[in-house]
Amino acid sequence: MVGRIHSIDTFSTLDGPGIRTVIFMQGCGLRCKYCQNPDTWATRNDKTQELSILQLMQIIKRGIPYYGKQGGVTFSGGEPLLQADFISSVLQQCKHLNIHTAIDSSLYIDSSRLMKAIPFTDLVLADIKSIDQEVSLKLTGKSNQLNRDNLQILNDNHVKVWIRYVVLPGWTDRPTDIRDMAVFLRSLANVEKIELLSYHTLGKHKWNMLGLSYELEGIKPPSPEYLKELAEHIASLSGKLATF
Amino acid sequence: MHAWNGFNTGRWTNDTDVRDFIQKNHSPYEGDSLFLAPASEKTNRLWLQCQDLLKEERKRGGVLAVDVKKPLQINSHPPGYIDRDSEKIVGLQTDAPLMRGINIYGGLRTTMKACKAYDYQISQDLIDFFAQHRPTHNDGVFAVYTPAMRLARKVGIITGLPDSYGRGRIIGDSRRIALYGINFLVEHKKKDLEQLTEEMTPATIQHREEIFKQIEALQATCEMAKSYGCDISRPASNAYEAVQWLYFGYLAAVKEQNGAAMSLGRVSTFLDIYLERDIEQGLLDEAGAQELIDQLVIKLRLVRHLRTPEYNELFAGDPNWVTESIGGMASDGRTLVSKTSFRFLNTLNTLGPSPEPNMTILWSHRLPRPFLAFCAHLSMATCALQYENDDLMREYYGDDYAIACCVSAMRSGKETQLFGARCNLAKLLLYAINGGRDEMSGEQVGVEMMVYQDEFLEYNEVMRRLEIQMKWLSELYVNTMNVIHFMHDRYAYESLQMALHDSQLHYYMAFGIAGLSVTADSLSAIKYGRVKPIKDASGLITSYETRGDFPFFGNDDDRVDQIAVELIKMFKTNLQKHQAYRQAQHTLSILTITSNVMYGKHTGDTPDGRKCGEALAPGANPLHGREKLGAIAGLNSLAKLPYSYARDGISLTFSIVPESLGKSDSERVDNLLSLLEGYFTQDAHHMNVNVLDPATLIKAMEQPEKYADLTIRVSGYAVHFTRLSRELQEEIIARTFYRKL
Repeated sequence: MVGRIHSIDTFSTLDGPGIRTVIFMQGCGLRCKYCQNPDTWATRNDKTQELSILQLMQIIKRGIPYYGKQGGVTFSGGEPLLQADFISSVLQQCKHLNIHTAIDSSLYIDSSRLMKAIPFTDLVLADIKSIDQEVSLKLTGKSNQLNRDNLQILNDNHVKVWIRYVVLPGWTDRPTDIRDMAVFLRSLANVEKIELLSYHTLGKHKWNMLGLSYELEGIKPPSPEYLKELAEHIASLSGKLATF
Repeated sequence: MHAWNGFNTGRWTNDTDVRDFIQKNHSPYEGDSLFLAPASEKTNRLWLQCQDLLKEERKRGGVLAVDVKKPLQINSHPPGYIDRDSEKIVGLQTDAPLMRGINIYGGLRTTMKACKAYDYQISQDLIDFFAQHRPTHNDGVFAVYTPAMRLARKVGIITGLPDSYGRGRIIGDSRRIALYGINFLVEHKKKDLEQLTEEMTPATIQHREEIFKQIEALQATCEMAKSYGCDISRPASNAYEAVQWLYFGYLAAVKEQNGAAMSLGRVSTFLDIYLERDIEQGLLDEAGAQELIDQLVIKLRLVRHLRTPEYNELFAGDPNWVTESIGGMASDGRTLVSKTSFRFLNTLNTLGPSPEPNMTILWSHRLPRPFLAFCAHLSMATCALQYENDDLMREYYGDDYAIACCVSAMRSGKETQLFGARCNLAKLLLYAINGGRDEMSGEQVGVEMMVYQDEFLEYNEVMRRLEIQMKWLSELYVNTMNVIHFMHDRYAYESLQMALHDSQLHYYMAFGIAGLSVTADSLSAIKYGRVKPIKDASGLITSYETRGDFPFFGNDDDRVDQIAVELIKMFKTNLQKHQAYRQAQHTLSILTITSNVMYGKHTGDTPDGRKCGEALAPGANPLHGREKLGAIAGLNSLAKLPYSYARDGISLTFSIVPESLGKSDSERVDNLLSLLEGYFTQDAHHMNVNVLDPATLIKAMEQPEKYADLTIRVSGYAVHFTRLSRELQEEIIARTFYRKL
């Protein structure tokens, strides 16, 4: 079995706790309008590397001296759970070595795939694109039903979750949606925190390079003050830690 | 003895043994930094005046004033002050702050050139005197240099050699003056002299003369202190005296010598014993303790030497490598971190960031966590610290060694080194391909062989050729060093610094490599890619067509990393086949200072795809932008380089943008410490840590005066960024700054 990999960063501190090796898997079913890595969408392209479990484990193991008590491995993407068999095998081996494991997923994915990874996953960095069906459809091209189901599954299986929520002014900051999301998250005991991510345009050039048209032209990233305000609001409604 | 009241006695009481004194008396400190005091009013007043002077110095192009009348000597100048009322610790190199002296013993022409660069001129009398009556180190060397040595120097296969300036990298153990006083040291030196009376071989005669000079220098230092109203013939009896006496030792050294690196040693925990004794007796409070250290550090920040423009190109930013080694562990498992380790580092807060003194953290996995966290905070705030692996070095040097310059470890007062700059390994590879001809000038420099004939470069053949050229270079390099150090001892001997060493010394002879990563990458291209050499009209190979997918150093790929390892082993093994002056032990460093830019300028196209004139990587760093897998893969490549073959140090400059270290301050501290731990527990040697955004550097280029204090570590030392040439600034910005991919 091989994994289709977009790229690997052996040092990340922003994709879970501590120092982490992040494996960006190739392929994603969503077409989010703000995506900063549209080059990970296709199932395969000419830059895709194929690595065996053994080859990938060799890279992951080289980080062990740096992981400390907190750090470890994060599968990101793309949508890592599209390659659930591959990543589950790797995650299982990581757990044998006592390496902390995380998946960064949209959870817009068939639940059976998620179930494969759950036994070997310490933390899921889960997106909520929008709590609203319509907005989700417009923003990502897909309904958010699977996302909600999967968050529930993670809760039922007691897997720790950090929610990641991109604040895209005019799209994801509607007060009713913020409220509905916060109330929903209040019901999920496994959610440890909510990270508000500021929309940014750093990935825009990739859209141009791939010949895609970027539709969010003109939207300005939210101010830190606004993010702070939103975070405080979400924290008070959800009873969870909210960072930005 | 009154001065030693309250100290635990031991072997140190009768013999010169500072380590034993520390071991018997130091107080390991495992707590946090909350006890620290801010700068005193006096310190603030003094430092403000110094800042004005520093500003004026910058305004005048980097040199405030030069005293061209009297060559600098331990007692050449009357006492100098900045502001007597505010100065707790006194002593300047000349009679005015930041006024540079001239040191002619290194070289007359060099001194004249340096003066001229700043519109000064030495008097004709002085020139005539030296020209007619007193050969300099430089005269001696050039009288003896062979044509091959001159040629190697001219084409730049070996450069930066200390043949016209002080060699430096010698650390006089000034702690001895504080602990014992000059009289005790003189008595012991006299005894050593008595022992050297049997066979008068050249070595014995030389040694006797040296000890004689050492005694004179000790006495001169005593006179210098007396001119400042201090009697250092006797030991220091309190904390103030300990700091002042120790500083006099260092001051005398930087008056007598203009060595490239004039390092301080490992003084903070030694001084801590005095500070804590005074505090315990109610003679000193925390504010007073910080004041003494602040005032010492102010003086260290004002050390100056006069340099030529050529020198500044190699060692940019006016550095003196006033290196102070801080922390580390004792052999018995106690930490050598003391409250004064914190106080010393705290000067980066009380006085603000500064490249000097060059604070070097001796890292151990057993260092107290609060100390490590304090260091990490300072690294993030100032980019002024470097870290070196104490767990690794302690095996070789015990627990009272210090770092000279950037990465050169030596037992304090018991070992010293003969500094030898570096050779250009990338150029040597090109010689292997071109049959010993220089790719820039076409001259025959190395071993004459056929220029490479086949259509494509073949790895084994290139390596065979490289080995032949390396044998040649090793012999030439050792011989050149022998000439330099013989003459340096003869004409510019460091009497005072050597007086603060044992008379029976262990010498290292320190060789160096520049361009390791480019050379390894080139060989990787040859082995795993396809490299077609292209000849110019004269038949010389001056460029390459490089194809294929080959690994670069810095991606944790053994295929190329092991080539780098092999190169180090090969070179070290070849060097030690040739006997070194004073039976010195050969060591090797992978360190460039800032010469990577100059070396690059004088190196033609290389098979890895690097173009003629482009900079080499600093130290042992991967070449800019070639790390594709992120920081850990880069660090892992570096950690493979064997310290046992490169005991003069393996330098890595690591730069990362703050956001990439984590979100919150505490996350960043944790992650930086995990990074250091992962690196050093794999026996890696050194890391310069820069936590900053290159955008800040770009702003500093635009508004230099606003960023006058902006400090950045470049290669084993730190500089004020705005004092670098534009070319160097651009090279630093082009370096890899790790950030989220």
